[in-house]
Amino acid sequence: MLIFEQSKTGRGTDVLGACDVPLVQLDVAHKRASTLHLAEVSEVDVDRHYTALAKKCHGVNDGFYPLGSCTMKYNPRLNEAVANLPGFTDIHPLQPAASVQGALAVMQMLEVALCEITGMDALTLQPAAGAHGELTGLLLIKAYYQARGDAKRRKIIVPDSAHGTNPASATMAGYTIVNVASGPDGCVDLSALEAACNEEVAGLMLTNPNTVGLFDKNIRAITELVHNCGGLCYYDGANLNAVMGQVRPGDMGFDVVHLNLHKTFSTPHGGGGPGSGPVGCKAILADFLPNVRVAGEDGARHFMRPAQSIGEVKAFYGNFLVYLRALTYILSLGAEGIKEASENAVLNANYMRVALADLYKMAYDGTCMHEFVMDLSELKKATGVSALDIAKGLLDNGIHPPTMYFPLIVHEALMIEPTETESRETLDAAIQVFRDLYRAAQESADTLHAAPQTTPVGRLDEVQAARKPVLRYDFDQ
Amino acid sequence: MGGYIPNTTDERQTMLAASGYDTFAELFADIPDDLKLQTPLDLPAGKSECEVRQLMRDLAAQNRVYREIFRGAGAYRHYIPAMVTNVLAKENFQTAYTPYQAEISQGILQSIFEYQTMICDLTGMDVSNASVYDGANAAAEAIAMCRGRKQHKALVAQTASPAVRQTIATYAFGNEMTIVEIPEKDGRVDLAALEAALDESVACVYIQHPNYYGNLEEAAKIGELAHAAKAKFIMGVNPMTLALVKSPREYGADIAVGDGQPLGLPLGFGGPYLGFMATTQKLMRQLPGRIVGQTTDAGGKTGYVLTLQAREQHIRREKASSNICSNQALCALAVGVYLSTMGPGGLRQVAEQSMAKAHYLAQALVDAGLALENTGGFFHEFVTTGPVRAEVILAALDAAGILGGLALDEQRILWCCTEMNSKAAIDEVAKIVREVCANADI
Repeated sequence: MLIFEQSKTGRGTDVLGACDVPLVQLDVAHKRASTLHLAEVSEVDVDRHYTALAKKCHGVNDGFYPLGSCTMKYNPRLNEAVANLPGFTDIHPLQPAASVQGALAVMQMLEVALCEITGMDALTLQPAAGAHGELTGLLLIKAYYQARGDAKRRKIIVPDSAHGTNPASATMAGYTIVNVASGPDGCVDLSALEAACNEEVAGLMLTNPNTVGLFDKNIRAITELVHNCGGLCYYDGANLNAVMGQVRPGDMGFDVVHLNLHKTFSTPHGGGGPGSGPVGCKAILADFLPNVRVAGEDGARHFMRPAQSIGEVKAFYGNFLVYLRALTYILSLGAEGIKEASENAVLNANYMRVALADLYKMAYDGTCMHEFVMDLSELKKATGVSALDIAKGLLDNGIHPPTMYFPLIVHEALMIEPTETESRETLDAAIQVFRDLYRAAQESADTLHAAPQTTPVGRLDEVQAARKPVLRYDFDQ
Repeated sequence: MGGYIPNTTDERQTMLAASGYDTFAELFADIPDDLKLQTPLDLPAGKSECEVRQLMRDLAAQNRVYREIFRGAGAYRHYIPAMVTNVLAKENFQTAYTPYQAEISQGILQSIFEYQTMICDLTGMDVSNASVYDGANAAAEAIAMCRGRKQHKALVAQTASPAVRQTIATYAFGNEMTIVEIPEKDGRVDLAALEAALDESVACVYIQHPNYYGNLEEAAKIGELAHAAKAKFIMGVNPMTLALVKSPREYGADIAVGDGQPLGLPLGFGGPYLGFMATTQKLMRQLPGRIVGQTTDAGGKTGYVLTLQAREQHIRREKASSNICSNQALCALAVGVYLSTMGPGGLRQVAEQSMAKAHYLAQALVDAGLALENTGGFFHEFVTTGPVRAEVILAALDAAGILGGLALDEQRILWCCTEMNSKAAIDEVAKIVREVCANADI
C-alpha cells in the first residue's frame, strides 16, 4: 500500500515545537493556493511502512550479487560509522577553511591515494557519479584543445563494447562519436582504430579490462595510436577493481580517468545512488580541473582554483560523505590490501568461469579478469530459455542475477562479477544454482519462463508501463 | 588488512588449483610485464578497524560543528527527524543497486514512485523523475532539455545562486548552448533587461525563487514574458518554501527544479544532496534520468518498474539527451521519509518558522545597526550591509561559536534562518552585532 493510501486527516507526528517569534505573512501575490496532499500518518505508520518496503529489496547484505560491471562488493560497516560522525555530517560547505581542516585533509588524502592508485598527477572529487565523471573528463579534454587553439578536434572514438554512458557523455561534451567495432576476441581492433585516428580526433574512451572482462593486451599500442594522431586517452574506471595494485591507467598511457568509488572502493550503492565519480588526470590537464581543489598543509589547507578551470560540474565539493567512506576503505586496506582485493576478485571470477564452462558457453575463451560474459544464444535456440529466463530463475534462488544483455556485442549475454568479498562456499552454492538452472532449461523450460515465483511480484508488464505511463499516485482517484 | 576477503590463504590456493592455475601471477598474464607495477603502491600499510576509526575521529575533530548556524546560500540546517536516520540505515535499501531486477526491488521502486508523487504534489507539476545529482545539476539538465533546433540560447537570472550559474555555464561549455545572464535590479530580475534579451533563439528562461538573496521574484510575469517569446520557463525552487509559496505550476513554469537537501539531508560538507526535476505532461519524454512507473504482473498484482527507458543512454547511446544512469535513490528515500514524517502540517511549520525567524533576525540586525538590502518580501534569507566590515562581524560571532551569514563582499552579508535557530540565539547574534557596530571605528 502506498503511504498516501494510509493517510487520515488530522494524523501526524509532533516534531517541532511552537514558534518562539511572531509569525509573518507572505505577500498574497505569492501565497500558495493549492493544498498539499502529503500523507498525514502517525509515526508508527511511517516506521512500519518503510520496514515493509525494506523487506521488498535485495541488497548485498541479503545475498550474492554478481552483477557484472557494478562491483557489488561488501560495504564495510566501519565506513558507515565514520560517515555518521557529526564532525562530518554537521559541517556547512561554506564554513571558513580554518573550521574544516579535517574535511580538507580528507579530500587531500583521498586525492593523493587515488592518484597513486591510478598513476595520475591530479584529481577532482567533484563529480557525483561515473557518468558525471565521464562528462567532466571529456570537458577537460575539450578545454585542453581550446587552450591550444586546436578547433578541429571534434570527435571521440568509442568502441562498440562501451557502456552507453560513454557515447552519451561525449555528446553532452559537444563531440561527435566514431564507433569502432571490436575484434573477434572482444578487444580493440587495431586496424579499425588506426583507420579512425586522424587530426579530428580529440580522444578515445576505453574501459580496460574491457566490458567482456578481458585485459586488452594491445593497450600500449592502442594508446600510442591515439597519441600519435594528437588525441588523448580517457580511461573508464568501471573495471578498476580487477587491476588496482597490479597496473595503473596512467602507466598504460591514459591521460584522464574516472573512478566509481561506489564500485571499486566499497561505498554503498544506495539503490541507485548517491555515488562518487572522481576524475584524475595527467599534469597537462590539471589546470583545467574544476574549481574545488585543496592546497596547503596541516592547519593551513584551503581551496584553490586551477588556472584555466572548466568551472563547476555541481554545487560544492562532490559527494563528501560518500568519498569519505572510500578513504576509510583505502586506509583499511593499504597498499597490500588493495592488491589482494584485485587478485581475489580475479580469482573468484575465474573460479566460477571454469566451474561453469562445461555447460554454459563463454563469450570469449581464456582467463578473464574480475568478470566474465556468457553467451546463452545456443541455449535459447535449443530450449527456448533466454538469458532473461535464467536471470529470473536465479531470483527464486535468492541470488541477484548478473547483468543481462550487456555488452551489446554478445547476444543473450549474462555478465558475472562475483567480487573478492564472497567466500568459496557462496561461489560453490551459486555455481550449483547455475548448473541446476541449465538442467531445468533442458527439462522444464516452462518453469523458467514462469519464474520468478517466490518474489513479492512476478514479471512485470514493462510494455504497459511505458505505453500508458502512471508515474505518480492520483490523489483524485 | 585483507580487504574484507573471507577466503583463507589455503582456500585461495585450492581455488587457484581448481581453476587450473598455480599462482596469482598467471591470472594476470594478459597484462604486459613492463606495465605491471614493479613496487608496491606508495600508500600507508593497512590498518585495523580500531585504528582507522580513531584516525577518522581525529580528522572529524578538526572540523568545527557550530552550535548555531545562520548561513544558507544553498545548504540549509533543518531539523532531521530520527525516523529519517533510522530508515536510511536499513541495509536492504543501502546496499542495493539500481532496481534493474524489479521483482526483488519493489521496496526501492515504490519509495521512488512515492517520492515522484511528493515532488509533483509540492511543485504542482505532472511528472517527476527519480532525481539527479543536485539542484545545480538539475538546473543544467533542465536547460539542456529545452534546446530546440533553432533555440540554442538560455537566459539565466543573475539572482540565481552562483554555484547553480557556474554549473549551468560548465554544461553549456559542453553542449555549446549560449548562456546569457539577465542582470539584477534591486535584488530581483531586471524585467526590462529580460524582455530585451528574449528573441526566437531563446530556448528557456531560468530563475531561482526565492532567489539567492531570499527575494521573491516576479515569477508569474517572468513566465508570461518567456512564454510570449515561445521560450520555456524553468523555476529553481527551495522545496521547503513550497508549503507556503505558490507552486511553480501556479506561476506557469514548464519545468521545476531544485535541491532536495532541506528535506531531511544533513549539511555533510556539501553532499550527497539530491536534485529534483519535474515537468509537464507535454515535456515528459524530454525529461532526463530514471523514472519509475506503475504496472502489473501477469497475476494482476500492482508493481513498479523503471520506465520510459527509450529516452536513456543504454538504449539511445550518443542520441540520448543526457548521460545520467543513476539517481540519488537513498537521498530520495530520505526526502520521502522526511515528508511522510513531517506531513503537510509539519512542513508548513518548518516554512513558517524559517520565514518568521529570518524576519525577526532581520529586524534585530537593523536595530543593532545594520541596514537591510531587501526592499520587498523575502523568505528565509536576506542581505544586510552596514558600517562594519563583514569579516569583523563574522569573526565576533565565530568567537561565540556561531556561524554567521555568508560574506558576499566586504560589507554585505547573506543571512539565513531555519526553525533550528531559537529566539534566544537570534537575540544573542543581535547583541554581538550591536556591540561590534558600537565599537567599530567608523
